[in-house]
Amino acid sequence: MTVPMYVSPEQVMKDRADYARKGIARGRASVASTYSDGVLLCAENPSKTLRKVSEIYDRIGFMGVGKYNEFDQLRIAGVRHADLKGYSYSRADVDARWLANQYAQILGQYFTHEMKPLEVEMLIAEMGTEPDGDRLFHLLYDGTVMDTTSYVVIGGEADVIRERMEASWAVGADLQTALRLAVGALAGPDRNLVPDDLEVAVLARDNGRRAFLRLEGEALATLLG
Amino acid sequence: MTFPLFAPAEDPGPSFVALLARLGMDRPGSDLGPAASQGLDGIAHGTTVLAIRFADGVVMAGDRRATSGHLISHRSIEKVFPADSGSGVAIAGAAGPAMEMVRLFQLQLEHYEKVEGSPLSLEGKANQLTLMLRSHLPVAMMGLPVVPLFAGYDKQQRRGRLFQFDITGGRYEEQDHAATGSGSLHATTVMKLRFNDDLDADSALDLAVEALFQAADEDSATGGPDMVRGIFPVLATITSSGFERLPDEDVASRTSVFLDRLSGGAR
Repeated sequence: MTVPMYVSPEQVMKDRADYARKGIARGRASVASTYSDGVLLCAENPSKTLRKVSEIYDRIGFMGVGKYNEFDQLRIAGVRHADLKGYSYSRADVDARWLANQYAQILGQYFTHEMKPLEVEMLIAEMGTEPDGDRLFHLLYDGTVMDTTSYVVIGGEADVIRERMEASWAVGADLQTALRLAVGALAGPDRNLVPDDLEVAVLARDNGRRAFLRLEGEALATLLG
Repeated sequence: MTFPLFAPAEDPGPSFVALLARLGMDRPGSDLGPAASQGLDGIAHGTTVLAIRFADGVVMAGDRRATSGHLISHRSIEKVFPADSGSGVAIAGAAGPAMEMVRLFQLQLEHYEKVEGSPLSLEGKANQLTLMLRSHLPVAMMGLPVVPLFAGYDKQQRRGRLFQFDITGGRYEEQDHAATGSGSLHATTVMKLRFNDDLDADSALDLAVEALFQAADEDSATGGPDMVRGIFPVLATITSSGFERLPDEDVASRTSVFLDRLSGGAR
């Protein structure tokens, strides 16, 4: 008779967490930051077709790092959820908090019950009507949710980039300042990131109902200077 | 509301309508049964809408009246809507189902754009409306028809295009102008006589004002400009820079210029 090998729950969770963290750390990082007129979403992403930054709803944006198929599936579910809620109730009833909680449930479920945890780290950004209404929800692979109103770094080498952000981030910066800070933090002292390496979008307060706007080509190059 | 996460084989794709069907949330109506056709006289109907192509795009316009039988049920409803940033939809027929169809159509286009990361082609959008009309056909046959116009700026072909539909979902692309609703016959006559290939936005808008006025003049279900209450037709242009609804003051001044010209001519 074979005796099943005993593995302590602590060890199981640690192994799963290590597995997820390793998968996430392989990818490049992304930064979200609030600025005077909205929220900036900035990812290091040389691909022009496989997006890391996307629109979820009128005032809600999404950013994912890690395994593309996994966070993209979650992104689409988020779009579906938001559109269904807006259709059933009203556009004003769609909020990021509810969405972040749903994501947290799914991530937590995968982390504890499925064969392998999801190798993703995500950010849900919500732009308020006033600057103090901006919210960033940071979601980890195990379902942990954190919310902040300043900036969030997700992906590989996040700790180093977070330190660079911490050093110069300030409330109420304009778009150009916020963008240059985010790109500088992503690049670090030894690299220089050009527009082609970046995927940048904003949720801008002056952009009408659908606040999500991609900054590409000329517009991005001008802002980066 | 459960979180809409699907296994790959059950994924509804980028269609919001398919998503509703997958979740059992599709629109009620087709199962109303014959009883539904009883007592439909009191239901509001929208009347005349039109679209005119000009050099840089399309003008869409609609009167503001809704009627229930011989009664006016609303004086200021709107029948011309943006479908997305580069196209518009205008409706005639049973107002309730028509408004609902527009709402679903707008959402369908936006949903596709968000899920896929890029918008549908103009032709693709027109075909989506065909599918919606086809699924609405049983309800239309019970006495609640919806007859839309769809127009937009085709970024690939760099020109304005307009589409007319019937209740079965039949899609007919028109080259120059189109109208639908009870006053469409008279509006079409005006457009047919006045249309030429070199229309600019200004003259296309003035033509829309005139066509709607003449339709209202001949058709009791179409509302003319209401100078007393300050209610004017809805006018919108769709060009490469998108759907833009004209401010009421602009329509008011175009209307008074037209009325002056008309009374001057009669004297």
